[in-house]
Amino acid sequence: MSSHAIETIVNGQSISAQVEARHTLADFLRGTAGCTGVHVGCEHGVCGACTVIVDGVAVRSCLMLAVQADGATVATAESLAAPDGTLHRVQQAMKDEYGLQCGFCTPGVVMTLAAITQGRSPDAEEIKDALSGHLCRCTGYQGMLKVAKRLGGEVQA
Amino acid sequence: MKAAPFDYVVADSVEGAVEALADHAGDAALLAGGQTLVPLLALRMAMPGVLIDINRIDGLAGIARSGGATRIGATTRQNTILHDPLVARHVPALARATGFVGHHQTRNRGTIGGSLGLAEPAAEYPATALALGARIEARSPSATREIAIEDYFLGPYTTALDMDEMITAAIFPDWPEDTIHIVHEVARRPGDFALVGLVAAFAVEGGVFTRAGIGWFGMGPTPMKSARAEAALIGQPAATVDLAGIARLAIEDTDPMSDIHADAAYRRTVGARIFERIVGDAIGQRKAA
Repeated sequence: MSSHAIETIVNGQSISAQVEARHTLADFLRGTAGCTGVHVGCEHGVCGACTVIVDGVAVRSCLMLAVQADGATVATAESLAAPDGTLHRVQQAMKDEYGLQCGFCTPGVVMTLAAITQGRSPDAEEIKDALSGHLCRCTGYQGMLKVAKRLGGEVQA
Repeated sequence: MKAAPFDYVVADSVEGAVEALADHAGDAALLAGGQTLVPLLALRMAMPGVLIDINRIDGLAGIARSGGATRIGATTRQNTILHDPLVARHVPALARATGFVGHHQTRNRGTIGGSLGLAEPAAEYPATALALGARIEARSPSATREIAIEDYFLGPYTTALDMDEMITAAIFPDWPEDTIHIVHEVARRPGDFALVGLVAAFAVEGGVFTRAGIGWFGMGPTPMKSARAEAALIGQPAATVDLAGIARLAIEDTDPMSDIHADAAYRRTVGARIFERIVGDAIGQRKAA
């Protein structure tokens, strides 16, 4: 089993690490980078809880190897709120519209919404399609759809 | 679960990738988008000794026109295909099929070469390539060749690629300008594998069918082609064609399985119904336009 030196930027911090080939990006983010907001649900790409933003797009971090993130820029839910605690607009909308219940799936949902509303304004249908990549077992979708509607109607900075 | 241990190498060229494949004969897997391979590793359904990552090969991704065809590089991401203007214009069925592939998040990584290389019988891209008469461009250490799609799918997850051969592109030849393109699938949930999926293209000139391509997914051990129904359509007037009869003929060339999700009889019934209805609607709209 091969081991690899990688260098990646996680939430603005440069991290150099030695990783086993089979180590997933999700496990690297949780274990090495300390970003436990990356939730690991199914570990085979079905549930969406581990979704993070890699080089600007939302991906499932359980379906990327850590070694593949060498040279990449990664953002997790930890990066969203401002240092003073001011919530990111997606987090604020999730809070206001009751877009979460138990919270397990929430970091993934928030990262998808943050990715697809970054610098553009997708319509509510496109947001709904992207939300279909997340499983919420609390049946919290109605609140998320309200979030989708609200974000879809906003012009993003 | 966690994947079993493996070695990982980055290929920086196609030559390097196929040489690595040859070096590890039979014990290596190419890693493209990884959206199916990595789950198979996590479930330990696949345990290759070596993964050869082809994501960093320059020029392997990209969409270009050449010689009356659209050439899509192996590592082109599905979301790139979904939004590409050349694909929308020249291969609209592929763009529409892409909307059914996985989810937004997996389409950001998943590639066309990965899907065609894996040859999952219920996946959208293999059936689309089959319906549209695509060609598979492949490279081995000794040769480059194009494989006709009819000769490419041999069984579930089994293709005509040799052990030391990799896909470099899928080539979609042009269909006539006003071809009717159809993509439809029936699945329990968005993003799930289809219970029944249909991709079809129909060229109509002077009111009669001049060319037809009909591919199915989830309807057999490989993507299935309804060659007899395609042939039967040629020369038939679009306005009065017996679509129910063509649908029955089309379904005869499929070989669906029974599993926990649906039995074979159900898949055949649904397949014939969606064929008759969706193709009928598309022809009707064309007449009305």
